[in-house]
Amino acid sequence: MTVERTGLEYLSVQEIKGPLMVVGGVSGVSYDELVEVETAEGERRLGRVIEVGEGRAVVQIFEGTQGLAIEGTRARFLGTTLKVPVSTEMLGRVFDGLGRPMDGLPEPVAEEMLDINGEPINPEQREYPSDFIQTGISSIDGMNSLVRGQKLPIFSGAGLTHNMLAAQIARQATVPGREEEFAVIFAAVGVQNDEARFFRRSLEESGAISRSALFLNLADDPAIERIVTPRIALTLAEYLAFKQGYHVLVIITDITNYAEALREVSAAREEVPGRKGYPGYMYTDLASLYERAGRIKGLKGSLTQMPILSMPSDDITHPIPDLTGYITEGQIVLSRDLYRKGIYPPVNVLMSLSRLMGPGIISQKRTRADHGDVSNQLYAAYARAVQLRSLAEIVGTAGLSETDLKYLEFGDLFEQRFLKQSYTENRTLDQTIEIAWEILSTLPETELTKIKEEHIKKHYRKRVG
Amino acid sequence: MKTTRGKIIWVAGPAVKADGMMGAKMYETVYVGEQRLIGEIIKLTGDVAFIQVYENTSGLRPGEPVESTGSPLSVSLGPGMLGSIYDGVQRPLDVIGRIAGGFIKRGIKADQLPMDKKWRFIPLVKKGEEAGPGDILGEVPETPLITSKVMVPPDARHGKLTYVAPESDYVVDDVVAEIETKDGKQPLKLYHRWPVRRPRPFSRRLDPEVPTITGQRVLDTFFPISKGGTACIPGAFGTGKTVTLHQLAKWSDAKVIFHVGCGERGNEESEVLTEFPHLKDPATGRPLMERTVLIANTSNMPVAAREASIYTGVTMAEYFRDMGYDVLLVADSTSRWAEALREISGRLEEMPAEEGYPSYLASRLAEFYERAGRVVNIGKPERVGSVSLVGAVSPPGGDFTEPVTTHTMRFIRTFWALDANLAYTRHYPAINWITSYSAYVETVRKWWAENVSPDWYDLRFQAYRLLQREADLLELVRLLGPEALPDEEKLILDVARMIREGFLQQSAYDEVDSYCPPPKQVKLISLFVKFHKLAEEALRRGVPLKEIRAMTIIPKLIRAKYEIPNNRLDLISELEKAMVESFERLLLTEKAEVKVA
Repeated sequence: MTVERTGLEYLSVQEIKGPLMVVGGVSGVSYDELVEVETAEGERRLGRVIEVGEGRAVVQIFEGTQGLAIEGTRARFLGTTLKVPVSTEMLGRVFDGLGRPMDGLPEPVAEEMLDINGEPINPEQREYPSDFIQTGISSIDGMNSLVRGQKLPIFSGAGLTHNMLAAQIARQATVPGREEEFAVIFAAVGVQNDEARFFRRSLEESGAISRSALFLNLADDPAIERIVTPRIALTLAEYLAFKQGYHVLVIITDITNYAEALREVSAAREEVPGRKGYPGYMYTDLASLYERAGRIKGLKGSLTQMPILSMPSDDITHPIPDLTGYITEGQIVLSRDLYRKGIYPPVNVLMSLSRLMGPGIISQKRTRADHGDVSNQLYAAYARAVQLRSLAEIVGTAGLSETDLKYLEFGDLFEQRFLKQSYTENRTLDQTIEIAWEILSTLPETELTKIKEEHIKKHYRKRVG
Repeated sequence: MKTTRGKIIWVAGPAVKADGMMGAKMYETVYVGEQRLIGEIIKLTGDVAFIQVYENTSGLRPGEPVESTGSPLSVSLGPGMLGSIYDGVQRPLDVIGRIAGGFIKRGIKADQLPMDKKWRFIPLVKKGEEAGPGDILGEVPETPLITSKVMVPPDARHGKLTYVAPESDYVVDDVVAEIETKDGKQPLKLYHRWPVRRPRPFSRRLDPEVPTITGQRVLDTFFPISKGGTACIPGAFGTGKTVTLHQLAKWSDAKVIFHVGCGERGNEESEVLTEFPHLKDPATGRPLMERTVLIANTSNMPVAAREASIYTGVTMAEYFRDMGYDVLLVADSTSRWAEALREISGRLEEMPAEEGYPSYLASRLAEFYERAGRVVNIGKPERVGSVSLVGAVSPPGGDFTEPVTTHTMRFIRTFWALDANLAYTRHYPAINWITSYSAYVETVRKWWAENVSPDWYDLRFQAYRLLQREADLLELVRLLGPEALPDEEKLILDVARMIREGFLQQSAYDEVDSYCPPPKQVKLISLFVKFHKLAEEALRRGVPLKEIRAMTIIPKLIRAKYEIPNNRLDLISELEKAMVESFERLLLTEKAEVKVA
């Protein structure tokens, strides 16, 4: 990213603490203004004003304050908010966490310069998302459908297979009956080098790299930059979706690192903390990322988000997954138990949800007439199976009725036949629902009270004998 | 009005300090900066005013002007609100969308009511008559569903009407009457302004005897809310708060619905806007949008306007109450409102109470819920209106002991506790029937007996008893397994499961099941209560439980809620007859077998 060399320059740094630098004696500085900081050695860093008044400005330095000195550090206020160049040429490229090319190629020619904070989409101008995306993964397509313009996070834990799952979705996602492919924007936020390489390789192997842009803030990159990286990625995504008509899928990993950077800034500002030391405004801040997904009336493109976050100690009530779940339109939860059983993808369907999987999306017109009923019945039956499993552990199978035993059997079939599939297996929705009918048919017909009789007549397979 | 001009001295997020503000008043509206962003004064120290700004403050700098307006944050009340969508400070989002396109730009000014639209005004008073606060001057047929009343503003004085406009078409700014009081002549228009933080006056409160019928079985039958009542619906994410609130907005028998989306998802507003124009009001068959007003301040819109949105909504709701209508306001979510309060309080550097929330959180909640009520309005002719308030609460981690939930529980009388475990098994609405409660069951009993069925109260009690017994028995089952129970108790588990699946669970997405009229609710619940009685009797007479469980009528009873159309209650009676006959057959075969043996 190039920065024009204008603006007022100050040498009056008063205080440096954590990621913050206080510059005194300023005038004419505005809130949220971009600041270029130059060390005595001539190294340049970027920052933004997060508080201004009474002659002083508090500047948050994206690349961190290590090596900055009170003496000799220059702060130049650039008279603008942080803007990034965007263009369709950015597809097929790799950038660092501040949007500078990392692939040795020259800077793409900017078609527009846009503020990384974007503007809130007017809710009245939103188009309600209604295009079913087939991901080829049964647990998602069948029971937690993804829709164009949705924000559906993956709640994972350390070491689980969320990266594989996200890569598989990025590779396989299509809207049945339409030929448009997704442009994939990938924002790595404080992830390890090999995770970023895995995504890059996976995009290269499937040929998707030419319609992808990668923004990489790796684990050893400055922590405060993490607050900016997803915003830069989303700014490009919005431009592609709402100005250029692309269908964009944004994958951000890992939101937990983002939230930690946020906490660091908040702590340095000595703000009153909310839960677990995270700032009280974290909900609003996360919303300013997630709410950038959607569709807009009269515009062709869409912005679908799949943020990935690792739940600290697998705790779904931790503030990061908790606040995320309140903003996003559902969540895909991965389970360590299923992972240990060797099931990929280890989706805990009972805790997962897609809020947009309503009648507008899963109906005869868009998917299948029996989709909704089958999904509800799978949920109810598997939930019962899981309940009975824990009961059987205490009282033994002898204490269970005949029907209960059928449910136990169903639970295993569900995990082995329905959930489990390979990393390269791309199931159509019909295949997914057929598998569902196959396993539901092991239960007595009278148990399928969530399915309308007409569908049962058509699809239920009576077992011989 | 006298205005004050000062200068910005400090900016941090939505909070701005300005000096030179001597003479400005608390909660006065101000214009901030060169772009004239809207703000409100929330603290005064000397000549320094602390301002919360309702728009994004990026680019604002010390030295820019601040101008006070002399009046507190107010809304315009008049024809044109129904079917609209506003942000938290009553800016019409559809108008802003037409000006700015898909994204909300800053500093856009738009009239709160359409100023150029003509309305038919039908006068109901005559020149020379006496008039006072709250008196109805005339009517405006605003939508085919709602006729707006034009009232003398509640803060006007008594006097004599010196002018009343003839029936014709007028814009909201036209003078339609003039009143001569001790203070001189005052022109009255189709609209008036009212400060949002000041409750509109009424004459006296009435008892909460009439239920708000929502068409949701678990709510109407088990945990009703009265007209003018208060309810809260707390739940972890994914437990179905939003769907339940949307159901209330769709099907409640209130006359006017306010949906305040306060720090929630943009797609939910668009869902309402997409769906409601196509949904028909069950009573009149007109599109639901004609009786709905949306206030949408989504999570990514400015946080200070989120704080204001609840007051904006409830003030507009009171205005329709004053016309003599029953109004329901649902606020989703009051937790986000409380967080906005916390954020601003933090910037003010106030001493925090629990979890960083300001110490006045409880009193603010109390003030809000106290604006609910079924009341006799002021003014002539005498009329009764109500505002019912339902607030969603989003407790962190689903923990009901957190401050917003615990404080809210002190001020509401119906508690619909959403349960994550029910939601995981897709038991929707995921309202836990053991922890929820309603203080209105006794007060609305008479209404049900007179208007629906004399049996409602008893049936409700018997069904609820079965559910309670089930909860106790499940504790035992967890230790001993279900087979350890005697048959009568196993039967209770079976019937309770039938009640859960066939009555408590209700699909918002099913065409028939989405709305269940009160008579059908009574019929369905009586089906299950009767099944239990017959089955108990059969067990006593020696029919094995296995045979009762195998009865093919059971799935039919469970599916009755959606397989039987809402206008075919006769089919439920037939089903009931078939059920009785199946039991008779069971008993006959039993007798035959006994004889053979």
